[in-house]
Amino acid sequence: MAEQEQQTPYRVLIGKPGLDGHDRGAKFIARALRDEGFEVIYTGIRRTAAEIAATAIQEDVDAVGLSSLSGAHLRLFPEVISELRTRGGEDIPVLGGGVIPDEDIQLLLEAGLDAIFTPGTPAEAIIHSFTEACRKGTDGDSKK
Amino acid sequence: MATARSKDLLTGLLSRDPRAIGRAISAVENNTESAADILSALDQKAIDRTLVLGITGPPGAGKSTLTSAMIRTLREEQKRVGIIAVDPSSPISGGAILGDRIRMMDHALDQDVVVRSMATRGRLGGLCASAGAALRIMAAAGCEIIIIETVGVGQSEMDIVRLADITLMVLAPGFGDDIQAMKAGLLEVADFLVVNKSDLPGAEALCMDMDQVFRDKRENDGIPRVLQTVASENQGTLQLLTAIKTFARHMEGEGIKKERRHKALDAETLDWVMEILRPRFIEAMSKKAEKKDPRIRAKELIHEFSATLNDE
Repeated sequence: MAEQEQQTPYRVLIGKPGLDGHDRGAKFIARALRDEGFEVIYTGIRRTAAEIAATAIQEDVDAVGLSSLSGAHLRLFPEVISELRTRGGEDIPVLGGGVIPDEDIQLLLEAGLDAIFTPGTPAEAIIHSFTEACRKGTDGDSKK
Repeated sequence: MATARSKDLLTGLLSRDPRAIGRAISAVENNTESAADILSALDQKAIDRTLVLGITGPPGAGKSTLTSAMIRTLREEQKRVGIIAVDPSSPISGGAILGDRIRMMDHALDQDVVVRSMATRGRLGGLCASAGAALRIMAAAGCEIIIIETVGVGQSEMDIVRLADITLMVLAPGFGDDIQAMKAGLLEVADFLVVNKSDLPGAEALCMDMDQVFRDKRENDGIPRVLQTVASENQGTLQLLTAIKTFARHMEGEGIKKERRHKALDAETLDWVMEILRPRFIEAMSKKAEKKDPRIRAKELIHEFSATLNDE
């Protein structure tokens, strides 16, 4: 069968783990990604790491973006990665953003986060990171 | 030839592995090599057994909340449920924000609630084909009831609704009078009309209007067709599901379900024809710009295309 030529859109999940309810940043990123042609599954505020990971698996996303403004990122972001791993989603890249002190960035990258964004990161840089992560997260078959 | 990958996915579907279900749906949605292998090997009996519900209605009427309330009730009955939540793609960027899941997150950790968000991807009818395939994959992975949820505006959404065995139109007070609803044309395809947010002022009047509209249908079988819910409070969902089940039995008995499935498959097949042909015609058109009348040009293109088929 002739395969379509055009690139199919990348699917990403944007979620907020933990108890902070400030979702302006997450929604801003969701809109920015949509405007770049991404399909964004938005799971809303106050989700557990397990809920986010289970949703990412069901939706077969190419990457997961997490936002946290409450200071709990050192616990919550790696927890999402480990929940993904227990569900067979170790290949799905996880990116994180929020109010994250410089000294934590390296720790998060070492914990397996693909990229970390802070309030100063330009939107273009964030989109670029997501594109790169999705390219990596896409397995051989689901995209052409 | 089934590849190792599609074999793995099929095994995964049978063992209800969420990763395999998600990947199999992506494979058909993106029309990849594995898609044909997977689709041709699905368990037809499981597909025939499933009941497919279509939920449509204007934005904000409470479709996702009602879906979530129905999932809760169905889960209490130990039913395995599938949900296909459709949201529109941006016509400009091609991207989409798929937000129906927010209302369904209560079920995120329940392995027997399989949710898939799908964007319309701007295709004329192509979505119908991928949603149809997705629901068969869910059925093969053991989902007994599958709900397709979509905003009820536009042709492609109407097409998706046709995939359903039973269609529910969700309205809420404040969305206009019965004339608005009649205009939408959706009332003709809807089997049930759900007046959600029925604790709000205006619900009673809306129900009376809708009762009027639905009077003909009701006389046939005595099943209530206009139902009231407050989905956010989980009110009325049990009554709604009871009416749906009664209707489902009635349909099964009269052979209506079979007939509707048949029509849905025809519509999907036509969709695939368009999906497969579209890129070839776009390519042919891009090769030579012409100022001819489009109808004449179309006939010429088809003529040229069938000539290439004979060559193959």
